Amino acid sequence: MTQAASNTLLRVEALEARYGGAVRALDRVDLHVDAGEIVALVGANGAGKTTLLRAISNLLPAVRGQVTGGRITYAGADVGHSRTDALVRRGLVGVLEGRHCFRALTIEENLVTGGLGRGASRSELRADLERVYDLFPRLRQKRAIAAGLVSGGEQQMAAIGRALMGRPKLLVLDEPSMGLAPKIVEEIYRILAALNRDEGLSLLVAEQNVRLALRHAHRAVVLENGRSVLEGSAASLRGRDDVKAFYLGAGVAPRPAALALG
Amino acid sequence: MAGIASVGAQRTLPAGVTSVALVALVAVGIVPLIGTSYLYEAILTPFLALALAGLGLNLLTGYAGLLSLGSAAFMAVGAYAAFNLSLRLPFLPLPVVILIAGGVAALTGVIAGLPALRLRGFYLAVSTLAVQFFVAWALNRIGWLSNDSPSGIVSAPRLIVAGISFEDARGRYLFSLAVVALLSFAAWRLVRSPTGRDLVAIRDHEIAARITGVRVARTKLLAFALSSFIVGVAGVLWAFAYLRTLEPAGFNLDRSFQILFIVIIGGLGTLRGAFLGAGFIVVLPLVLARLGAAMLGDGFDSGTLEMCQRMVLGTLIVAVLIREPAGLTALLDRAVGRLRGRAD
Repeated sequence: MTQAASNTLLRVEALEARYGGAVRALDRVDLHVDAGEIVALVGANGAGKTTLLRAISNLLPAVRGQVTGGRITYAGADVGHSRTDALVRRGLVGVLEGRHCFRALTIEENLVTGGLGRGASRSELRADLERVYDLFPRLRQKRAIAAGLVSGGEQQMAAIGRALMGRPKLLVLDEPSMGLAPKIVEEIYRILAALNRDEGLSLLVAEQNVRLALRHAHRAVVLENGRSVLEGSAASLRGRDDVKAFYLGAGVAPRPAALALG
Repeated sequence: MAGIASVGAQRTLPAGVTSVALVALVAVGIVPLIGTSYLYEAILTPFLALALAGLGLNLLTGYAGLLSLGSAAFMAVGAYAAFNLSLRLPFLPLPVVILIAGGVAALTGVIAGLPALRLRGFYLAVSTLAVQFFVAWALNRIGWLSNDSPSGIVSAPRLIVAGISFEDARGRYLFSLAVVALLSFAAWRLVRSPTGRDLVAIRDHEIAARITGVRVARTKLLAFALSSFIVGVAGVLWAFAYLRTLEPAGFNLDRSFQILFIVIIGGLGTLRGAFLGAGFIVVLPLVLARLGAAMLGDGFDSGTLEMCQRMVLGTLIVAVLIREPAGLTALLDRAVGRLRGRAD
């Protein structure tokens, strides 16, 4: 957090977004991710996490949404002027909520698609595949099976592996824990944390499971009703009574002003 | 499942190669020896042209998931482009004429595909319908396209390649066979290439494809171009090798639906599907006519046949869509699997 501003990989300033020109989904959201950081984006259903992540990958136009105010810069350039696939090639790669593998393609073909997006050569692809298989040994076993036929956890691993094939600098994940067994979730977070530690991969993770997110992240931003209401180091947020009460279900503390619904 | 199997890498290559070799052997080695001109003219040549059109549409609808009702328009563009090229530039050899005609159809496809960058599913189908009507209108209104023929019907040029005539029934069959084999091979290579995977990625989940780095807009237009190229060449075969005449009415909306039905019945997202579906569509009326004549005698006229055909086809399409979205290809795979199981 105390790093110089030049280290900032992603910066979201006073972002406003709407769907269909009417429904306001984001309202003055501020957030930044420094190089080498894991930032958790926490908040309840409908808080705007998914919308924010879509905006970061400039995917909102594809779902009939648009950014109506503020701006997002990735590595110094305005995201609003870049196509999603161009952002992928510059190292901003996303993993969507609900996994979304290409069902008819095999696990390996899914992974390869992620490498082709950035125009990888054949030998690079092979090396990257090995790397993903080493990270997720289960995927190696299922490499020739259609992605639609493997388990949810394996699909999530394939989706993350596919994103890694794009050699990201910043990986943006939307609820990687959704609908998965705790053991699998632990495994996935352990791998992500190792990638961050060993290779300096920056991560922005939207997560409903606050306890989980705060355990792995360096910093967290709390989103409520489309607003960023709280920001701090994971350790300090873990210690805050109001966060505990509101998201971790520890006791019945009074609802803090900072988290009050607008 | 068959869609998955044919796209996936797990399909055993030797079995596929053997069956393709077997089909090639029958088509090139045996059929020309025993075929009658009825077999060529009424069954095999239209089958090949329709199968090729189905193959082209399957790239677009089956693989990329982009629904089109404009196939007949692209066939017409290909056929009329080839007609005009060979009429006005008579020095061009036929293969070159066909290539350019396919190119013109591909260009039309790209323009028709522009709405696909914004529209999906039903809405896209409606926008391709506009292409269908526009092409029919243009062919009827612009006399130059059909050499100012008062009836709008013109005869196709002769099929001569490098001095060898393919004018008789068997020659036209072999000519179509060569073109279809070539383009099928190209399509087979395409669906296994990275571009082929991008097509499936867009069909399976467009947003995930975007975030994976697939250039969605470019890939969609490419799908329209490649598909329309193949459908356009199919139009050339339909007009030059099968009908030997060209008229706008031969490329109406019914033809577009027929090709869509071929793809649906045969199996979306499989290359074999186009051939199975086309075989079915071509043979069905013949079988129905024989059956009807045997059961009802003279009471079974062409009107009744037409009606029966529509009923059977309609029922089948509903059944296929509900029970077996992968179509005849899946049924065939399962039958083969069962036979193998019994043999083991």
